[in-house]
Amino acid sequence: MTEVGENGAARNVALDVRDLAVHIGGLVALGGISFQVPFGAIVSLIGPNGAGKTTAFNVITGFMKATDGQVFFRGRDLARLSPERIAALGMVRTFQRTSLFTACTVFENVLTALHLRGRTGLLGALLRLPAMQREEAALHAEAREILDFVGLAGRADEIAGNLAYGEQRLLGLAIALAAKPTLLLLDEPAAGLNPSETESFKQLIRRVRERGATVLLVEHDMQMVMSISDQVLVLNQGRMIAAGSPAEVQRDPEVIRAYLGSGKRAAA
Amino acid sequence: MDQILQHALNGVVLGGTYALLGIGLTLIFGIMRVVNFTHGELYAFGAYLAYLFVALLHLDFFLSIALAALAGFALGALIELVLLRPLRSNDIDTVMLVMIGAWIALQNGEQFVWGGVAKLVPSPFAQEPLVIGPVSVAPLRLFVLGATLVLLVGFYWLIDRTRLGMAMRATFQDRDTAALMGIDVRGIYTLTFALGSALAAIAGALLGPIFLVNPTMGNLVGLKAFAIVILGGLGNITGATIGGFVLALVEEFGAGYLSSEYRDAFGFLVIIAVLALRPQGFFARKARVG
Amino acid sequence: MRARFGGLLFLALAATLPLWLRDPYFVAILTSTGIFIIAAISLNLLLGFTGQLSLGHAAFFGIGAYTSALLSLGFDVDIGLPSPVVVDPKPVWIAFFGAVVVSGLFGWLIGKLAFRVRGAYFVIVTISFAEVMRMVALNWVDLTEGPMALNNIPPLSVLWPGHGLTALVTKSQQYWLVLAVGVVCYFLVARMVRSRLGRALIALRENEPLARSVGVRVTHYLVVATVVSAAIAGAAGALYAHCVRIVDPDVFLFIYTVTMVIMVVTGGKGTLAGPVVGGLIFGLMPQALRGTAPPEVQWIIYGIGIILIVFFLPRGIVPAFADLARLRMPALRKPASLVR
Repeated sequence: MTEVGENGAARNVALDVRDLAVHIGGLVALGGISFQVPFGAIVSLIGPNGAGKTTAFNVITGFMKATDGQVFFRGRDLARLSPERIAALGMVRTFQRTSLFTACTVFENVLTALHLRGRTGLLGALLRLPAMQREEAALHAEAREILDFVGLAGRADEIAGNLAYGEQRLLGLAIALAAKPTLLLLDEPAAGLNPSETESFKQLIRRVRERGATVLLVEHDMQMVMSISDQVLVLNQGRMIAAGSPAEVQRDPEVIRAYLGSGKRAAA
Repeated sequence: MDQILQHALNGVVLGGTYALLGIGLTLIFGIMRVVNFTHGELYAFGAYLAYLFVALLHLDFFLSIALAALAGFALGALIELVLLRPLRSNDIDTVMLVMIGAWIALQNGEQFVWGGVAKLVPSPFAQEPLVIGPVSVAPLRLFVLGATLVLLVGFYWLIDRTRLGMAMRATFQDRDTAALMGIDVRGIYTLTFALGSALAAIAGALLGPIFLVNPTMGNLVGLKAFAIVILGGLGNITGATIGGFVLALVEEFGAGYLSSEYRDAFGFLVIIAVLALRPQGFFARKARVG
Repeated sequence: MRARFGGLLFLALAATLPLWLRDPYFVAILTSTGIFIIAAISLNLLLGFTGQLSLGHAAFFGIGAYTSALLSLGFDVDIGLPSPVVVDPKPVWIAFFGAVVVSGLFGWLIGKLAFRVRGAYFVIVTISFAEVMRMVALNWVDLTEGPMALNNIPPLSVLWPGHGLTALVTKSQQYWLVLAVGVVCYFLVARMVRSRLGRALIALRENEPLARSVGVRVTHYLVVATVVSAAIAGAAGALYAHCVRIVDPDVFLFIYTVTMVIMVVTGGKGTLAGPVVGGLIFGLMPQALRGTAPPEVQWIIYGIGIILIVFFLPRGIVPAFADLARLRMPALRKPASLVR
């Protein structure tokens, strides 16, 4: 028995996507997909290139407008909310292409990303009130803690642009974590990582979940997807063709066809 | 009623040159993504050359205008090759600063060469206005209107019907694809800037005999060209043509019926209003700039 | 540490300057340079820290100058209401802060617009805004006296030790006044950019989508930055009005905005010391070139100077020197910070 909250969504559902459609020009990028992400789960969204995964991310997090359909986050309709509002509600994303404040140090990157954790406004900043100084100290501590968590503590004073690729991916995650997400959307976090880096990133995602965050993942690395996910959603050409546990999805004939048909790796 | 017709006629005459200015500026922005602050100076440059050729060297009036256009083309090409080509990979703000520097240097160069006193370009046309029914118009203005219309038509032909125009349009649409198709994008940039500059210079050479020529004449005109471009949507050639005529008519009627002191302010009020209400411009279907 | 020591030394030199430099003409030059440095500091907040190029910054400067002048002189104007609006002369400091507030309000207006229009559009909006302001100042003669200018603006006054309330009229007094306001503005901006607020601004400049993804509200912070920037520019304008004591529509001239931009870019946009360094160079250079070249040649040199700086020192003098210092002195080789 699941309790039913407002908007008819189950109380234990973090993200509820209903008939989401996006048309770009004459093209159908998303043709009305629906899915739910329960609290505390790791859910993966997979599909061949051009299936609409990143489009779905962009629409869910407010960076693009949906043509049709609705997105509910913790029972709240996200229609017409800006990305920054959505982030403030607790849904935070990372970007497929590494996205950092490249000219700033690693520490400053995380400190900046802790924006939502602070309250200091213009007056507080100008007057250097004691409350502001306490907050600043707390934010510094929190930034160090986050860097420690992702394993970048030793690189805190390095310029972000000078980090190795794998470290940049970790910093991207640290930036997202700084916004204290209840739901974290990761866009191909393992892209370009070597197997051992991928493995440790996988462990990191598990630990993020243990800290209480729900994770929605877009990923190409099937080994990672199948070993980490509670549930896998398969998109193809803007439509949801399968959903279920990793094992169920791997057996699904349509999924196999989609992957083989598009010349991609088999879903195994 | 007669007055309305007279204002409309004056507006259309002015609008033709505004359109020439606007087209040049919008072409440069659309294809090169350069906010060209030297545009007004090319206009002043054209006017001064008309003065040089007609008043000092006693060349033929029409030949002088053609020579001014050629010189504008050459100066534009020079600016592109020396200043813009090396900065191709820089962001729009950096390029903008360089163009501001060039603008200041050009304007003060004109002041240095010609002095601060306004110059008059003599024209071969009779001074007495032609009276056509309820309205009257100076023959010189009629010539300017005719010349601008011919140039506008010629320009549209160039863009729509020639291989060069096609290459320019392709570059405008997508620089990388154009380059893949074998279009010499760097050459197109130089040509675009030179062509836009030539249009500005010819506008200056045409208006020079109507108004006085002075070193700061480019300032207001340069800003007005921006107004026209914004009105039509950045990078939109048809929009800039219409925008040129609209701005001239707004100025003419605003000066006639509202306040002649604020004549030059109308253009800027139009810019602010357009950007507050419809930032993509009034004649654009979609925004050209992110 | 070294930078702080250098700053203190600079401040000590600046504060005692009229005592050992007994050339009133030069002190007066430094005073007007100081006013421009304040304006450049305010521009840097927008151009350097949010990345928005405002080419109408002279408008905020001019609005500050006119507001403070009009409030301290008093005015009456008929704006179509049943009776004309009459404002009695106000004490100068009330006029001064009135100017700061009015400029800030205009900043709010432009900042709101800036959210809708960015990049090239923002540049053109701000230019247009300044031009419209200049035409209003030129043509609304009832209020502004038009080209005849507002004259006899009262000087600012302070409680001067041993003299009670004293009008600041001598060159040295005005110099100290400008220096004091300048130091206050510098530290206001420094505190702002070194706070959560400043990090949000820099985040927007560096990577807007990423900033938004962690909850930084674009509109809000652009508006806040524009308001503060406009208010400080207004303060500079008010200082100008009460030091020069005459204000005409030329304060809105585009060339003043360009001067501020040159100062910021030369010194180093997005650095705190940049506008001060650039301001000193371009404030004093006309004096150095004075007599050796006519003004238009000076301006040609300025124009070419901007081009050369963009080509060879694209980040400005201050970052270039900071890099050099780090190379020469390995002990200082620690990573560049957000804010120097």
